[in-house]
Amino acid sequence: MNNLRAIYSIWLRDLIRYRRDKYRLISSLAQPALFLFVFGNGLARGLAIDIQRTGGGSESYVSFIFPGIIGMTLLFTSVFTAVSIVWDREFGFLKEVMVAPISRWSIAVGKALGGSTVALIQGVIVLLLAPFLGLQLSFLTLFALIPLMYLISISLTSMGIVIAVKMETMEGFQMVLNFLVMPIFVLSGAMFPLSNLPGWLHFLTRINPLSYGVDALRGLMLGPSVAEFSLGFDVAILSVFAVIMMFFAVFLFNRS
Amino acid sequence: MIEVRDIYKTYGDIEAVRGVDFTVHAGEIFGFLGPNGAGKTTMINILCTLIKPTSGFASLAGHNVVTDAEKVRSSIGIVFQDPSLDERLTAHENLEFHGMIYGVPKVDRRGRISNVLKMVELWDRRNDIVKTFSGGMKRRLEIARGLMHNPRVLFLDEPTLGLDPQTRNRIWEYIRDLRQRENITIFLTTHYMDEAENCDRIAIIDNGKIISLDTPAKLKSMVGGDVITLSTSDNKVAIEEIKKSHSIEALEQDSKIVLEVPDGEGFLAKLVHSISVSIDSISLRRPTLDDVFLKLTGRKMREETMGALDSFKAHVRRRR
Repeated sequence: MNNLRAIYSIWLRDLIRYRRDKYRLISSLAQPALFLFVFGNGLARGLAIDIQRTGGGSESYVSFIFPGIIGMTLLFTSVFTAVSIVWDREFGFLKEVMVAPISRWSIAVGKALGGSTVALIQGVIVLLLAPFLGLQLSFLTLFALIPLMYLISISLTSMGIVIAVKMETMEGFQMVLNFLVMPIFVLSGAMFPLSNLPGWLHFLTRINPLSYGVDALRGLMLGPSVAEFSLGFDVAILSVFAVIMMFFAVFLFNRS
Repeated sequence: MIEVRDIYKTYGDIEAVRGVDFTVHAGEIFGFLGPNGAGKTTMINILCTLIKPTSGFASLAGHNVVTDAEKVRSSIGIVFQDPSLDERLTAHENLEFHGMIYGVPKVDRRGRISNVLKMVELWDRRNDIVKTFSGGMKRRLEIARGLMHNPRVLFLDEPTLGLDPQTRNRIWEYIRDLRQRENITIFLTTHYMDEAENCDRIAIIDNGKIISLDTPAKLKSMVGGDVITLSTSDNKVAIEEIKKSHSIEALEQDSKIVLEVPDGEGFLAKLVHSISVSIDSISLRRPTLDDVFLKLTGRKMREETMGALDSFKAHVRRRR
């Protein structure tokens, strides 16, 4: 009971902080908008890219990258929120939580739920841009997108927590950004199809959890013929990854 | 309330705590006094279950701090040496969060929050973001937070470090008031001598060991009465003369003569008459804990000058 309440309070704190931080809200939405309109229009027109559907027909580049941009938003928000643990440690607040009469695992779980909820909200806000891109989403699709986005967010937030617990200082964050977050984004198929890549690159996209997230989002939004794998397969991979990361996060928190 | 038996804590080669024993009674204000790096914070962290002792036994309210950590944590409130508030939340939100993770029932929370906020005179600022608070206000809010869940023991690690004397006095008023009203046990560390005098009992700690433990009055009586300090044109001659006519051992420190006598006022006149060389200055004072520390360790425990780390911390605290 106490632990449930602790999870809820840690979750709530992340949401209050998010609501209060208008700067973060705006800047984190500016990036997806920039990507969508600049790449989606500029790059696509300049290079005349169209994406071939497997069964014939084609998809405009801007609607092709839209699910990828949502994936990017989920990725960045999840990791940033999780890494705020390092700030909490630096500013002493983590101590307040660590001496409370609650289990360590509930801290990790609360943080994972908080970070993923914030990421989900950001993702939904980006999703609201869909009509402006000429994308029509049925109510049923929206209904399926929300849990999928949440699954992607919680697996990425848990990954972020694992990193944050291991990270000693805020300076390490730049490293994480350059060597983990950016490669995950670039190699997720968010911006280009992952077919016809050279072998080693292909391998990297296969071990990238976000590849499956973006693939699932794309399948749901644009139809299965644009996706590489079935929705069930993507969800299965993401779930396994989420469970492993969650387990790691709890394990590391228990030890610290 | 607190039992500590033969606690050791080593970090690699460094022995931070080297065999500490003491007992704190319920309702007592108990102080740990010592210079920076003496092992005070390490000891608090052990009692708060933040770190495990290398060896030895410690219990709090009957719960073992190693095996019963969660029970210990629910019986204590802590005010850390460094701030530990969420500066982006309001004062009220910080307390609400605290109440939730400490399992204070929702029906009680509202009342407790208003009680503690009024006590530390922050009720008017309850909906302000903590970032806008001064160092003293943050400290008071942390004390309020530490009390919210009605702990049986309140730990205060250097509660007034880096604060101005006025705020220090105010915080001490709260602490004394608190003990009277709530009958709570208070365990604090400090390296301010005058602050330590507010305690019922003090353990003087140096190099990870308790070198003396008693009431402030008894500790001071170890010094042997009042302290007279004088400087003369020829200290060596004066010391000889004092020894001859009063058979008292006087010491020379920083080109001043220091001597301890049971009855300072009565002795002053006699002393002046017995010295043939001219006296430049003379002063009489009651012994302070500074004198006790000096007597026990042969070293002074810088009180007035802040260490570099302290002033840095104070700076950080003000800035944030």
